[in-house]
Amino acid sequence: MELIILITQCLIITLAVTTGFAYLTLFERRLLARLQHRVGPNRAGPFGLLQPIADAVKLFFKEDIVPTMADKRVYLLAPALAVIPALIIWAVIPLGCWNIAGGYEACFDGGASGPLSNVLQIADINVGVLYLLAVTSIGVYGLTLAGWASNSKYSMLGGIRSSAQLISYELALGLAVLGAVMSAGTLSTTEIVVGQNVLWGIVPQFLGFVIFMISATAEVARAPFDLVEAEQELTSGYNTEYGSMKFALFFMAEYIKLIAVSAIAVMFYFGGWRFPGLETLGSGVTDLFGPTVGALVVGIVSLLAFLGKVALFLFVSVWVRASWPRVRYDQLMSLGWKWLLPLALINIFMTAVVTVLVPNQILQGVILLVLGIIVIAVALRLSQTPRITSQVKLAKTTEQMRP
Amino acid sequence: MFGSLLKGLQTTWRYMFRQPVTVQYPDVKRPVRERFKGRHELKRFANGMERCIGCSLCAAACPADAILVVPAANDPQDPVSPGERYAATYEINMLRCIFCGYCEDACPTNAIVLEHQYELSFYDRRSSIYTKDMLLVPQDKGHGEVPPILEQLGRQPSPPARIDL
Repeated sequence: MELIILITQCLIITLAVTTGFAYLTLFERRLLARLQHRVGPNRAGPFGLLQPIADAVKLFFKEDIVPTMADKRVYLLAPALAVIPALIIWAVIPLGCWNIAGGYEACFDGGASGPLSNVLQIADINVGVLYLLAVTSIGVYGLTLAGWASNSKYSMLGGIRSSAQLISYELALGLAVLGAVMSAGTLSTTEIVVGQNVLWGIVPQFLGFVIFMISATAEVARAPFDLVEAEQELTSGYNTEYGSMKFALFFMAEYIKLIAVSAIAVMFYFGGWRFPGLETLGSGVTDLFGPTVGALVVGIVSLLAFLGKVALFLFVSVWVRASWPRVRYDQLMSLGWKWLLPLALINIFMTAVVTVLVPNQILQGVILLVLGIIVIAVALRLSQTPRITSQVKLAKTTEQMRP
Repeated sequence: MFGSLLKGLQTTWRYMFRQPVTVQYPDVKRPVRERFKGRHELKRFANGMERCIGCSLCAAACPADAILVVPAANDPQDPVSPGERYAATYEINMLRCIFCGYCEDACPTNAIVLEHQYELSFYDRRSSIYTKDMLLVPQDKGHGEVPPILEQLGRQPSPPARIDL
């Protein structure tokens, strides 16, 4: 029985995530078009809803090319290596909480009031966060091997760039996550969500959230950190030599990672599937229809809340892509190493000191929020380059002073 | 830096609520300008006679060598055009044509006019050659027929097409 549930969960999550990927591409194209004063794909089906299917069919029927000089085995293996980590990230992310072993209450106290068997999370392991970090790091192998195996200079440069970028931002990402782990006091993803009952993670970990969002965007090579696939310089980076479904797999890996990173951000900083009033709803439904229905309703509502929050993050990601220009390689590196990494260390230090000194959780959160905002303001001020207007003024005054 | 990032976000956010400028082409056809140079038409006189007198000046003027005119003598009893000769064959290769309008300028009788039709696609290279019966305006419609797109807009055809002899 357990095995059947597990296999069903795996199948459903894989299909759901790939469908989510397909419709994310449509969502992105439509939204990006609107942000740029265009319409976007709207010819295939109502509102272009069949566009992802059309794209998939097109990619399936394209000619499958392997470059002559490519290292064939690695070349064929690389897309799979890219897409598998993107899919297995989802194993530990709690998408909601539908407790099939008892009432809804177990969801809110992490199984203290009764057995907890959450079907909306595949694996509740006690080192969930470590697993997330490990799996997201493995993803870089696919890209690097693809760049190397294609035996093309563009692919090679793209592969090198992606590995350098991912490794650089891995540090800041890991340290930002460490802050959240410290304030939650656990590595288990379930307990991190449970622990956000008083305050959402963004309040004590505001600085950590900012660092996490920046480095996660770089980690999934999204704009403005998408110089891994800067068209103007590298045609399309590591996947230049890939076509048909092999290309689609890279594309899929990239977008699934984007969704996964948004889900992780929601889990750490936005209360996961939590939603104000969910507990009240659960107790009301349980009183009326019994614990099974109560748990089911809580499960569905928490799943919807989670998906809604993730959609918000995806919207922001597309919005940022439409608005901001791509950073330069040296800017990317200096941002990662000179700013995010020290800031993440400051965040850890702050979290540690405040957690030890201040006993009250809410007070802790508020103090950390204020400290985080101050640190960000100071960092912004320090990073500011002299403004051009002041330089113009300076030039004018020196001009006037000249005899 | 932070301020300019926010400004960028604000700009795109504003654009999101504006009506897109895209014209949904096959459903909505964007009206062309009055002097738009699209597909050629061979015009007729008010009495239904062809304007083209087969002089081949258009073919001579054509910088892309897209026009072929083979003239033939008119039958005096049943003339096709008011002159001595008429165009027995009149072909324009739309793959060669650069829509410069020199043929229109060269034509002494204003027979050839670049009109407003711009949907000139074909699956086959051979179909790029537009023959006389494709270019000639229908007999029953006579001279001065206003192209449908102009009729929609309540406008007149291009000036040369309006001149009568």
